Amino acid sequence: MDMKDSSPASARRTFFTQASAGVALLALAPGVRLVDLALARVQDEPASATQRWGLLVDVDRCVSGCDACVSACDTEHGLDGNERPQTDAQWIRKVDLVDNNTEHQLSLPVMCQHCEEPPCVDVCPTGASFRRADGIVLVDKHTCIGCRYCMMACPYKARSFIHEDLTGQKTHAPRGKGTVESCTLCVHRVDRGESPACVEACTDAGHEALVFGDINDRNDPLATQLAETTTRELRADLKLNTAVRYRGL
Amino acid sequence: MKIAYFQSVSSSRGYWLISAIAGVVTLAGLLGAHHMENAGHWVTGMSNQVVWGVPHVFAIFLIVAASGALNTASIASVFGRDDYKPLARLSALLAIALLSGGLAVLVLDLGRPDRLIVAMTHYNFKSIFAWNIFLYIGFMFIVGIYLWMMFEPRMNRFSARVGTAAFIWRLVLTTGTGSIFGFLVAREAFDSAVMAPLFVVMSLSFGTALTLLIGMLIFWINGAAIDPALAQKLRRLLGFFVIGVAYLVAVDHLTRLYVTGHHQLERFILVDGGIYTLLFWGVQILLGTVVPAILLLLPRFCQRGYLITAALLVVVGALAQVYVLIIGGQVFPLELFPGYSVTSTFYDGVIAHYTPSLAELALGMGGMGLAVLVTLIGVRILPFVPVQMAGENQD
Repeated sequence: MDMKDSSPASARRTFFTQASAGVALLALAPGVRLVDLALARVQDEPASATQRWGLLVDVDRCVSGCDACVSACDTEHGLDGNERPQTDAQWIRKVDLVDNNTEHQLSLPVMCQHCEEPPCVDVCPTGASFRRADGIVLVDKHTCIGCRYCMMACPYKARSFIHEDLTGQKTHAPRGKGTVESCTLCVHRVDRGESPACVEACTDAGHEALVFGDINDRNDPLATQLAETTTRELRADLKLNTAVRYRGL
Repeated sequence: MKIAYFQSVSSSRGYWLISAIAGVVTLAGLLGAHHMENAGHWVTGMSNQVVWGVPHVFAIFLIVAASGALNTASIASVFGRDDYKPLARLSALLAIALLSGGLAVLVLDLGRPDRLIVAMTHYNFKSIFAWNIFLYIGFMFIVGIYLWMMFEPRMNRFSARVGTAAFIWRLVLTTGTGSIFGFLVAREAFDSAVMAPLFVVMSLSFGTALTLLIGMLIFWINGAAIDPALAQKLRRLLGFFVIGVAYLVAVDHLTRLYVTGHHQLERFILVDGGIYTLLFWGVQILLGTVVPAILLLLPRFCQRGYLITAALLVVVGALAQVYVLIIGGQVFPLELFPGYSVTSTFYDGVIAHYTPSLAELALGMGGMGLAVLVTLIGVRILPFVPVQMAGENQD
């Protein structure tokens, strides 16, 4: 017996099923952004632990004297400063190294390393320092009381305290006197499916010393490079499993 | 058994003079805090390199001393030594007063002191800081109950048990305060299990010194003096505590000296750290340890003047010790790249600079003023001070 149902009722059912799928697709398409399906998530959708955003710093490509990444970060987040280097915020900084034995010179950026086990999150009394499911370490500006214990705990000196009044903050980078802040890995850009400002600036400057991507996605260029070359974490002895890795150090 | 009778301190010119001084110092502290909060922390010596400054030195000193101040009461009720009873109530009051002073400084130094309610309602239980909030509030509560047991004759029979609870709580509290630093794995100056016992012994020393000094002051205001026999016992006790602190400080430094990776830090603190080396050897060790140990332990220096001098030196040495520990530990740079010389715009690889500003010094001193003020208010309204017995020395 032929199992295929060719009755008018069945045809109607098929039509409705296909039509509703089409309507659903039309409704969802602007949100899911079919173009970069692998990277982005819907704005209201929570960050997922299936992703872990990270950075690879290729020290051999990083140029001494170039601070394109630092300038881009300052511009992106409105870190104007007050000409007071002791207290002005720095989310990313260029560090120049000279090997004590060989005098070999290196230059590289240091920023929040977005640890898997962040000491800043451990010590924060109010839970204002937190790690998003996708690995980005942030400060909740509403619950930070400005105790600075996270700054004492950070092995990378990656955090800054806002020492004075600010004006003209950017809407995507909430900042306020008396709270602590650090590199957000440009979370606002990442959530739009873009790269952090420092990465873009480094690429635009022609150095390509910074690679951004999803460590968990085997097809991602970052994950591929991490799998192919030897990289290291800063203060690997602390076993914090940082999301920022260095090659050529 | 010697029964101690207590009275409140009567109004006198001395009382109002000391209250006025403490009030002015407290007010100056509040003004300092207001300036810091209004302008932002850039008006202090603190920076992104030295994130905790002089306010924290005073706060930690006062908090550590607070738990130690309870010693005298603990010795009386936990260890059953009745001869310490005349000072028991005052020692418990001092514990609350010193803790209030320390916590006030800590809170007023926050970037957002207006968010204190956030600290009270949002807890991260992995943070030793959050645990300390509970330990401090719990300590105030338990010492309050303890005072009630001591004050209310019908409750006196419970004072030993509550005293024991308070004694255990204070040990946990100082362990917690020491662990604020001991748990900082990233900083080689702090990351040490010795911090917790070191802070416990520091509390015994600092607290006993302040009990003697503020106790003598309160008795003086009241036209009396601490029983010389009791003063001598506290004198010897303080001598042993000073030696105890010196021992753990030595163990801490010797441990680091053994580890090659810490040699540069030790060299900085002990040999070529400028002000920090001077404060360590000159103030913490010589003035704060060696001289008071001699004055407190050699029988020939048993006069009251020597005792006051020794207790004052212990306090000065204690402040120097906490300064070297907290600030010296921060100005020494974090080592991110072993084997490399490091330079950056963010002061990597260099000894950070720190000079306390007037505002933060005022805030720190204000905590001391507040502690004395709370004590003075307490002794005025409730019977904390023993009635001078006939035949007791009135020197």
